[in-house]
Amino acid sequence: MAKLMVDARNVRKTYGSNQVLNGISLTVEQGEVLCIIGPSGSGKSTFLRCLNHLESINGGRIYVNDELMGYRQVGKVLHELKPQDIAKQRQSIGMVFQRFNLFPHMTALQNVIEAPIGVAGISPEEAKQQGLALLAQVGLQDKADHYPAQLSGGQQQRVAIARALAMKPKLMLFDEPTSALDPELVGDVLDVMKNLAKAGMTMIVVTHEMGFAREVADKVVFIDKGLIVEQGDPKQVLDNPQESRTKSFLNKVL
Amino acid sequence: MDLSDDVVAVPLRHPWRWISGGIATALLLSFIWAVFSAKSIQHDIVLKFLLDPRILAGMLVTIFVTVICMFIATVLATLLAVMKLSDNPLQRWLATGFIEFFRGTPLLLQIVFWGYLGIIFPQLILGVPYTDIVFLSGKTSDLIPAIVAGIIALALNEAAYSAEIVRAGILAVDNGQVEAAKSLGMSSTYTMRRIVLPQAMRVIIPPMGNEFIGMLKNTSLLQVIAVAELYTASSTISSANLAQIELLIVSGFWYLLMTTVLGFPQRALERKYGKGFASVGGRSAPRAFKVGKR
Repeated sequence: MAKLMVDARNVRKTYGSNQVLNGISLTVEQGEVLCIIGPSGSGKSTFLRCLNHLESINGGRIYVNDELMGYRQVGKVLHELKPQDIAKQRQSIGMVFQRFNLFPHMTALQNVIEAPIGVAGISPEEAKQQGLALLAQVGLQDKADHYPAQLSGGQQQRVAIARALAMKPKLMLFDEPTSALDPELVGDVLDVMKNLAKAGMTMIVVTHEMGFAREVADKVVFIDKGLIVEQGDPKQVLDNPQESRTKSFLNKVL
Repeated sequence: MDLSDDVVAVPLRHPWRWISGGIATALLLSFIWAVFSAKSIQHDIVLKFLLDPRILAGMLVTIFVTVICMFIATVLATLLAVMKLSDNPLQRWLATGFIEFFRGTPLLLQIVFWGYLGIIFPQLILGVPYTDIVFLSGKTSDLIPAIVAGIIALALNEAAYSAEIVRAGILAVDNGQVEAAKSLGMSSTYTMRRIVLPQAMRVIIPPMGNEFIGMLKNTSLLQVIAVAELYTASSTISSANLAQIELLIVSGFWYLLMTTVLGFPQRALERKYGKGFASVGGRSAPRAFKVGKR
């Protein structure tokens, strides 16, 4: 069996009295692509944000690359780590957001090289070389000096992917990466993600793109009301769902 | 009516704009004429003192005090804004208390207070309490001359106002920016310095330009503690030669010139921090942060 990249065990999360995650357990092996689907408000994005500790959790444990994410266990209690320790853990986890969140005051290339220079501490020349190579990888080498506002949504999202890759992450998280895009721009972003999957990147993708899930995912998880309802091979979950909630969800989106 | 399709369209005409503009210009011109032709104003005295060395020296003091106060105030204001937005309740209270106190009392009162500090504390001693270690001691009036008292008063008061401007600027930055920075492993201070503040600058600079101009004019209040700035210089001269109005025109001319010149660096700064945003130094209102179409 391949090495486990993500091992989430009984993850629970509440906002006040609202139970968002009711004990989610799943594993992702190195090089695997996991797609998370589910209705809005099901907790799928929240779960993703727990994986790099953008959200704290109220119970359970998340191991990323064999490290307990965001906490240190003493007896039966998890103590939250200091911000600088969490920041260190996040360096090996890339994240791509629904609304891109590119830094608008920086060019595409500056967006990509900011963290490698300022956080990882590599030299500006080296970072620039790698940054240009990454922009080429997402098909935007000629847009290096453009500001985000001068790029289309699809191009911005591809820069955002390059920016996340620049920190050489072991795991990539995608939070509905194509939901904010015009339909004709979705394909370019999905192509970049497919190439990334082929190159062996471990990926967790929250998505509504069932075609992408069917084609690229090694495993699909259907989450509803903070619980995993069904999981397995994409063909099995998407084409032959066993649970009635999965069936009714897929009927609505397909 | 001509029903042929060969017609031209013209925009709405605004005749009243021209008429009201003409009336306003005429009123303005007649006022300027009245001032210039008034027999009671001795124009030769205005010209004589315009480049008087005491006036020019006062102007240098005004510029010096303005620049140093704004520098101190901006640094303090950023610190206060970050404290006020902090998770730490003690820091929030301290910052809020500071801002409330210095905004809540008149600036003139604060200036006089700092100027009279020597009456409250005749001796100042800087050292480690309950030991014999003393770094600095002496008469308050020696350690804090009027100009230093004035700078302290203006800078602290300005910091309280600017803190709210900086805080508004920080709050105007989309939270997604902070999340993206976090996800790349950036620390919170790094995120503030490289991601949030540069974007907040775009919102901060126009009101800070206002504050700068306000500060330049407020330095004239330091006359009450006898700091030799521009207004003090002009009023010292006029109390000797009794040409009050003429010297008000002299100092007014220089204040107006200085505040006008200040507009240029402001526009340059706005262009610098407007980079990457849709309205670069333009006339349009700052546009909301651009994200992709939904």
